[in-house]
Amino acid sequence: MNKKFQWDFWAWITVLSIVVFGLFLIYPLFSLFISAFEDASTGAFTMENFTHFFDRKYYYQSMINSFSVTTCVTVLAVIVGTALAYFMTLFKVKGKGIVEICIIISLLSPPFIGAYSWILIGGRSGILTQWLAGMGIEFPSIYGFAGILLVLTLKLYPFIYLYVAGAMKNIDSALIEAAESLGCSGIKKVVTIMLPLITPTILAGALMVFMNAMADFGTPMLIGEGFNVMPVMIYSEFINEVGDQANFAAAMAAIMVLITSTIFMLQKYVVNKKSFTMSSLRPLPVGEMKGIKNVVMHVCIYLLVALSMIPQLVVIYTSFLKTNGSIFVDGYSLDSYRTIFDSLGTAISNTYLYSTAAMAMIVFLGMTVAYLTTRKKSWLTDIIDTLTMFPYIIPGSVLGITLLLAFNDDPMVLSGTAIIIIISLVIRRLPYTLRSSSAILYQLSPSLEEASISLGASPLKTFFKVTAVMMLPGVMSGAIISWITAINELSSSVILFTGATKTMSVAIYTEVIRASYGTAAALSTILTITTIAAMVIFFKVSGRRDVTL
Amino acid sequence: MSVAITADKVVKRYGDLTIIPQLTQNIKNGEFFTLLGPSGCGKTTLLRMIAGFNSIEGGQIRFNEQVINDIPAHKRNIGMVFQSYAIFPHLTVRENVEYGLKLRNMSKEEMKEKVDKILDVVQITEYQDRLPERLSGGQQQRVALARAIVIHPSVLLMDEPLSNLDAKLRVEMRSAIREVQKQVGITTVYVTHDQEEALAISDRIAVMKKGVIQQTGTPHTIYTRPYNVFVATFIGHSNLFKGRIEEANGGKAVVFADGFVLPMTTLGEEAKIGDDVTIAVRPEEFSICGEGQGVKCTIKTKVFLGKYITYGLDFPEDMLVPNQPAIEFSQDLGHAEKVLEIGDTVYLKPNAAKINVFRADGSKSLMEGVVENE
Repeated sequence: MNKKFQWDFWAWITVLSIVVFGLFLIYPLFSLFISAFEDASTGAFTMENFTHFFDRKYYYQSMINSFSVTTCVTVLAVIVGTALAYFMTLFKVKGKGIVEICIIISLLSPPFIGAYSWILIGGRSGILTQWLAGMGIEFPSIYGFAGILLVLTLKLYPFIYLYVAGAMKNIDSALIEAAESLGCSGIKKVVTIMLPLITPTILAGALMVFMNAMADFGTPMLIGEGFNVMPVMIYSEFINEVGDQANFAAAMAAIMVLITSTIFMLQKYVVNKKSFTMSSLRPLPVGEMKGIKNVVMHVCIYLLVALSMIPQLVVIYTSFLKTNGSIFVDGYSLDSYRTIFDSLGTAISNTYLYSTAAMAMIVFLGMTVAYLTTRKKSWLTDIIDTLTMFPYIIPGSVLGITLLLAFNDDPMVLSGTAIIIIISLVIRRLPYTLRSSSAILYQLSPSLEEASISLGASPLKTFFKVTAVMMLPGVMSGAIISWITAINELSSSVILFTGATKTMSVAIYTEVIRASYGTAAALSTILTITTIAAMVIFFKVSGRRDVTL
Repeated sequence: MSVAITADKVVKRYGDLTIIPQLTQNIKNGEFFTLLGPSGCGKTTLLRMIAGFNSIEGGQIRFNEQVINDIPAHKRNIGMVFQSYAIFPHLTVRENVEYGLKLRNMSKEEMKEKVDKILDVVQITEYQDRLPERLSGGQQQRVALARAIVIHPSVLLMDEPLSNLDAKLRVEMRSAIREVQKQVGITTVYVTHDQEEALAISDRIAVMKKGVIQQTGTPHTIYTRPYNVFVATFIGHSNLFKGRIEEANGGKAVVFADGFVLPMTTLGEEAKIGDDVTIAVRPEEFSICGEGQGVKCTIKTKVFLGKYITYGLDFPEDMLVPNQPAIEFSQDLGHAEKVLEIGDTVYLKPNAAKINVFRADGSKSLMEGVVENE
């Protein structure tokens, strides 16, 4: 810095963001790594926790399982999502708007609702299983690898769809015409031009899918049964309050962070080598599919969307069924809703309270820190910029464990408080808001701020009166998405919650585990409807028809 | 194998809207042909019909004798340079240029030879392994040109290829394009709204307005003998005066509204004694003269441009065709006897050999030998 240091607003923000990330991300992560190398009883340095993991098939199998199911989910989601984006962007599809809304809803709904409804449909006593059994047909087991694959693919292909559809809208039609003018047509055009143009985008989407599938806790917990994956293993080892398990869980969490960061770095490396920017003067024209091809395309798209929406519909339907304990009986009633408002009312209010508090912090930090890292570049802000990348690679359950390990003891006891849950929500979502805020800032010309300053407004006043005002619409629409993911968050809250700080998604999870499907369905319905309502607001605020996550 | 292009009564419609009503034009083999006109005149539409990216609603387009209406774009063997360049961002410069050749099943050696040669012609050999993102506008333009030419297309189509470049580069690239085109001798259709560019680069120019070709001719003809008032005012500046044909000394003369008589020897048959006409005088076709030997006016504005001084002139309103942006006289400083000042009253004599006379409604030239399609 060649300018004289000034202890101004931006200095405070710099310090604040370093404190926030240092205290709630780096320090806990550091404690995690330390305790992974600690002997449970003596606290001495040991590799025991790691060797323990790689010695026993029971443990290291979970890593292989995680890896195989995640890879399969990613590949499948890429194929489905890309194909869907291709047809949806290039051809006339009846009801395109509704199809897109459904896709977004299925992406934003709580992850484990999929698992739980597929159990209701195809589980041992599922509707479909029993119906088929009545006809003498045995339905293949929904549990284990296949179930996780089905649920996570249906849940995550929308990532790829949204990414790729966005990229395809950025392809200038002149590029395709240029290929045609050079004598290229048909499938060759797709393979040599279209596919390479969207490859970086597919890779970015694939990373998102991989990270989400790898970190997902609810789905394998509910539908995985014997098929153990790492997040479930970490959770159960950690929750087992049998002496030395916390250190072992920490070692597993460390291994997982190592895996995700390797994948993250690998993807960055490949994408950086291939990166280019596209801007479209004229988007690709929308064609019309003719005859039988058209019918097949429509059937496939509708079928896919139906499959993605089934969980939501099943949940809403079953929430109105009469229950007797954990069993659904004939007839309809609102009993499930009565029960949850009586006994789980705080979970509902907690959910809205925590996510709203988290959203407010995300908006403030997102705007100011993005401003720091784009407009006030220095070595300090570069460090902040790097720090904010970390949450991308830390699975939710790992973050939960690190926070719990770090703030369970003096000097700062936060475990069991609402604060720790809000902090975990902020840490997990902030990077996304930061990235989109920076993107907005890069598009705002600094001369606007200079104009304001030249007219006599102080830099700080300029930020709040000019810059922040112009950023706000973009940041707010991003914040709504953050809010939606916050109300649906499970993997870190399930570790951090106590009786008083239970949220809806945690409540659904515990209700499902207790097999009280009625109340779980009613809670899920409330979550789904809240999600849809928030999305309607998002579309109104942003004036858009698509979602970036 | 370069071809001649014939557009025979071609029609372009979007729904009920007719963009091009029955347009007919021939483009000779090997010629550099420019479609020039204001934006929205249908020039790009016509170009894209030739390319095959726009459908043809009526008439025919032929390459030599072959009707191409129903041949898809990728089989027409065209080379196209786009306004946005449309360089494939994921391929290097060399890969971009190779792209069309690869689709033509060419041997590796032959392909290398061709690509090397064209990279050399357009002077981008040193950038061949770069990704296009790291090229300047002018370099990208050269890649686009090389990629289009290397496949030896039947026709080269260019859609405002220079409009995204800065003024200096535009001049440089336009001579580069002209040079390369002459070297490979390929029929070229070039679309632009920049008249200076069109004059500098073309063998022939077609001036278009509202989907109709107003005049086709060499740059020289178009400028010196425009077919109608639109062409006279769109290409360069023309001052338009009201006038009448009268007899003088046994020949014809034009009489300006203030009574000044200018004997003419260049008028055609169609100019009849007693006809009301529009007289178009370019700023450089005036010269300062003595009292009574020209039209009288006062100097309203003065802009010094180095080689020239351009004066804005004030005439009595009834001498002029209404609604003209400016009446100008430009004085070549190399030959200027005296420099005028604002407020001066001056007599200007139009050059009878150079000025153009049109029907009063401006629809057609009355000069000897002026044709719509040269």
